[in-house]
Amino acid sequence: MISLASRDILHGWGKFVFTGIGLGLLIGVTLVMAGVYRGMVDDGKALLDNSGADLWVVQRDTLGPYAESSSVHDDTYRGLLGLRGVERAANITYLTMQVRKGTQDVRAMVVGITAGQPGQVPGWPPYLVAGRQITRGHYEAVADIATGFRIGDRLSIRRNQYTVVGLTRRMVSSSGDPMVFIPLKDAQEAQFLKDNDAIWQSRRRTEANPALNRPGVPGLLDAVLASQSTNPYVNAVLVTLEPGYAPDEVADSIRRWQRLTVYTRAQMEDILVGKLIATSARQIGMFLVILAVVSAAIVAFIIYTLTMDKIREIAVLKLIGTRNRTIAGMILQQAVALGLIGFVVGKIAATFSAPFFPKYVLLVPADTIAGFAAVMIICVLASLVSIRLALRVDPAEAIGG
Amino acid sequence: MSIHAGRGIRIEGLVKRYGHGDTAVDALKGVNMHVAPGEVVGLIGPSGSGKSTLLKCLGAVIDPTAGRMTLGDESIFDNGWKVRDLRALRRDKIGFVFQAPYLIPFLNVTDNVALLPMLAGIPNAAARAQALALLTALDIQHRAEAMPSQLSGGEQQRVAIARGLVNRPPVILADEPTAPLDSARAMAVVRILNDMASQFQTAIIVVTHDEKIIPTFKRIYHIRDGVTHEEAGEGRSLSA
Repeated sequence: MISLASRDILHGWGKFVFTGIGLGLLIGVTLVMAGVYRGMVDDGKALLDNSGADLWVVQRDTLGPYAESSSVHDDTYRGLLGLRGVERAANITYLTMQVRKGTQDVRAMVVGITAGQPGQVPGWPPYLVAGRQITRGHYEAVADIATGFRIGDRLSIRRNQYTVVGLTRRMVSSSGDPMVFIPLKDAQEAQFLKDNDAIWQSRRRTEANPALNRPGVPGLLDAVLASQSTNPYVNAVLVTLEPGYAPDEVADSIRRWQRLTVYTRAQMEDILVGKLIATSARQIGMFLVILAVVSAAIVAFIIYTLTMDKIREIAVLKLIGTRNRTIAGMILQQAVALGLIGFVVGKIAATFSAPFFPKYVLLVPADTIAGFAAVMIICVLASLVSIRLALRVDPAEAIGG
Repeated sequence: MSIHAGRGIRIEGLVKRYGHGDTAVDALKGVNMHVAPGEVVGLIGPSGSGKSTLLKCLGAVIDPTAGRMTLGDESIFDNGWKVRDLRALRRDKIGFVFQAPYLIPFLNVTDNVALLPMLAGIPNAAARAQALALLTALDIQHRAEAMPSQLSGGEQQRVAIARGLVNRPPVILADEPTAPLDSARAMAVVRILNDMASQFQTAIIVVTHDEKIIPTFKRIYHIRDGVTHEEAGEGRSLSA
């Protein structure tokens, strides 16, 4: 028995191909949306991986440093180093801001890293694609290549200028912003530093405060002003463990003795995926549902239109003795063929367009397989209306009268 | 059982009633007809006389209300269908030729004709060979690979006739087969129908309004208000 569906498709291939391309672009958008979600999760995991930490010590009762603001004193790490199982502890700051280069600026996460060596101190970029690591205590930066900066570029962060000495790759925040690493002291200053007018106003207010400017206590005002112009806080302390120690065990110890909140890698991943990007994930989920419904409506409409165009032929086929299942099979095969064309076009479109999206789009095989299954199910369901229509066609319509 | 060797198609007291009670309308009021194998008869009547209803009953498309129909030696309707699978009955024992050819636009000429034997389970190659033989008999084998849209009206109607004949049905129902054709082509179609009826011993019923072809029938059934009257036709010569 010849395939009526394939003959019909070949006969009107232009209509089929163009409809398939249109559907494919929609499927491509759907795959990209799923890829955006996967990219967000991957960005979060990359953030944790690249930090090189086993534990994150943050301000008590906060979800810091990525999901909430967190502030711990910058000498906290000393106490942590004394605990059993702690190999290294390093302060770190995170500040998302516009980093300027000349007249342009880039959205970036500025990371303040403790002086030391990569691999020895957590928080450092684990590898570079160009240049060198930061070797000076001030005014050097390592930037992710996604910032567009190059070696030797001069960046402005607050009022200070930094020279890009190294470039790294895939060092991004959980929201996909590329990172710029600078020395910790500079980052602490950047978090705190105000403009000259604000500093002057603050000093004036302090001097006018009789409690802080006592004539009988020389040096008090200077001490207060000095404390106001420095930032002794960091956002978190990254901890690495000695081999053989369980993260939960050491975390419990820190919670008990330091009265701080500590997260293990698994807990931090839960915070990033389950809380930080949960709203975005729901948003993307909604879009996926809408796109699936729109795709189904398009397939249903196209197949319905194609079936309506063939009502007379279907009546003739039924009159000359064609079985219902042959007619239903023809419509079903056409819907599936449309879905196949759409899926192939969509997959190609998603694969080639993904690198051009500003956010990281991660297309994983599991999503491709799930997408293919969803497209097939949608096409089968969408064809049911048309099959029902075709099966209700009266063969007498071929005779007329 | 060989239907071809039997008695063509015989209809006795066929009634078709639409509606119930006070609103019931009898479209057919006891129609009697007989068409012998190899015979071509005309069925003529004004609009609303019941021609299409009779054709649909004969084609097993709608259910008659009462009466009897015999195809060859087989009773197919006796106040109810005697055949379980009407679809198979239409496919295997009744050929249809319509006013418009209604060829399947996405199948070429050969496959349009071969579709019926394929539906009956005959392998593709054998079905195509059967179709090609019939197309040759109808002198349209040179268009075997053409698509319907590439054919003239007369060629399309010949392909439609081939499709109606391909399963060698004992009866063919032709509904206004010459309506869209000019005189020459219309006469050619009637000639083909007569040739095929003789060659395959098929009983052919031609429903028509076409004044050009009515004189060619040897026997005509007039239908009016759901009742048929038989009369002898002129049986004019069909020689080209």
